[in-house]
Amino acid sequence: MKKLRIASGAGYAGDRIEPALANIVHGNVDYIVFECLAERTIALAQKDKLEDPSKGYNHLLEYRMEKVIPLLKDHPVKVITNMGAANPIAAAQKINEIALANNMPDLRIAAVVGDDILESIESYYGLDIMETGEKLETVKDKIISANAYIGGRAISEALAAGADIVVTGRVADPSLFTGPIMHEFGKSYDDYNFLGKTIVAGHLLECGGQVTGGYFADPGHKDVEALWDVPFPILTFNEDGSMAIEKLPNTGGLLNEATVKEQLLYEIQDPANYTTPDTVADFSNVAVRENGDGTVSILNATGKEKTGTLKVSVGYVDGYIGEAEISYGGHNCLPRARLAAEIITKRIELLGLPYREVRTDHIGVNSLYGDAALHFDANVPSEVRLRIAVRAQNEEHAAAIGREVEALYVNGPAGGGGVRKTTTKVVTVASVLVPEEDLNIAICWEGGKHETV
Amino acid sequence: MKLYEIAHSRTGDKGNVSTISVIAYKEEDYKRLKDGVTPEKVLEWFRPVGATKVDRYEVPSIGALNFVLANTLGGGVTCSLALDTHGKSLSGLMLELDI
Repeated sequence: MKKLRIASGAGYAGDRIEPALANIVHGNVDYIVFECLAERTIALAQKDKLEDPSKGYNHLLEYRMEKVIPLLKDHPVKVITNMGAANPIAAAQKINEIALANNMPDLRIAAVVGDDILESIESYYGLDIMETGEKLETVKDKIISANAYIGGRAISEALAAGADIVVTGRVADPSLFTGPIMHEFGKSYDDYNFLGKTIVAGHLLECGGQVTGGYFADPGHKDVEALWDVPFPILTFNEDGSMAIEKLPNTGGLLNEATVKEQLLYEIQDPANYTTPDTVADFSNVAVRENGDGTVSILNATGKEKTGTLKVSVGYVDGYIGEAEISYGGHNCLPRARLAAEIITKRIELLGLPYREVRTDHIGVNSLYGDAALHFDANVPSEVRLRIAVRAQNEEHAAAIGREVEALYVNGPAGGGGVRKTTTKVVTVASVLVPEEDLNIAICWEGGKHETV
Repeated sequence: MKLYEIAHSRTGDKGNVSTISVIAYKEEDYKRLKDGVTPEKVLEWFRPVGATKVDRYEVPSIGALNFVLANTLGGGVTCSLALDTHGKSLSGLMLELDI
């Protein structure tokens, strides 16, 4: 029976590189997938592209590819990545430069384009924003990006046309894995049940080390060895749709039923209806089984017909956040920190600062759970950190809160120290559903030849 | 008994929604989860962090429940004023439940 071995190469934009290189060299894999796009990453990359048309791809693209490409000479692994972000074509050109510099002119690099629908966003102003229910029109003056989450089909087609490296913009994270699996087994994108199995595989691998012991340890309850050496997973996918995950031998981390279960439900809402561009996957009957050889099998994933709409993330600028912190220690530190918060609240009033929202936290007391901190046994803290965050329409107002907190050094309660202050421009997203047929997905080969899919 | 004695948990985020899994260490404890961790109880527990609605999904094949909590992320990951913008620490709050 034909088998396909796929490795994870990254679980987020800034992830470590060594586990990816180890998977290429020691994993005996056919593919490695670098998933590097969080929800608003493209909006930020779009701003890079506006400033420099040759940019707009993942900041670590060069760093990663300069290490990965030389290894492909002895280990001919195909590479799939969404590091193209807002500019897959520029990313493909950069990868080609690195290939040429490594004396590998034969590498064929495909850029998948068409997820970017910013130019036609006006025609969608009447759609409802999924998060708020308001019309997209209400944010139209602030929009900086609009990208549809597309499926795996274009990746499959690029591979069928001979690509060694496929670089994309926004593709639904698990569909990065669907692309190579569907291509290798020659399956039809009408086979929703099989697509559902590719989605569970992709879902378990797309966060890298999160299935192999990362983000799992809780000393005494869930112990994990050598967390400084967490490997990224490798999955064997068989032609009949069965699959098992493994990690490289002699690495840290942990792979067992529990680590797989946690990742299976991670960021999932209704497990019976996990909506993706390729299929509505059903994880509600999935079972996981530890095999005797250290691998874990995933059983019973299925899929249903796709919805025909694609989620579009619309990036828009939404004011600024000002943020400032100061610490109080020793006897009576919490009352002093509360007094400091009261002072700042009054100063905001006196100065008439027009904040849309103000939030006060006492780090070490209630910054994570707010009033729900009362569910826990209260211990007297040995330190508490006050934090004030504000939302403002302009940068100057956002920065003012930092100056006010800093002034607590000389004007506030006794013994405050360690002030930090930041101002951040807010880039947020709104999602809408558009008909799939509105998109014109295409593949650009390095050199610029367009082929409509 | 605290929930952390028989279950583990991971939190994810989507917009202004938290997804929090509750997974039995031993699958035979699944029934205790099902009976003891009701959506009503979870809503009350998380109301102070903003939760307005809780949906519970059952996944008996892995001995787990999956909770979807609305409005726990201060408007959403990309614009929240919270220190933990993703609400990733909320699994620790879930596991503190008494069952």
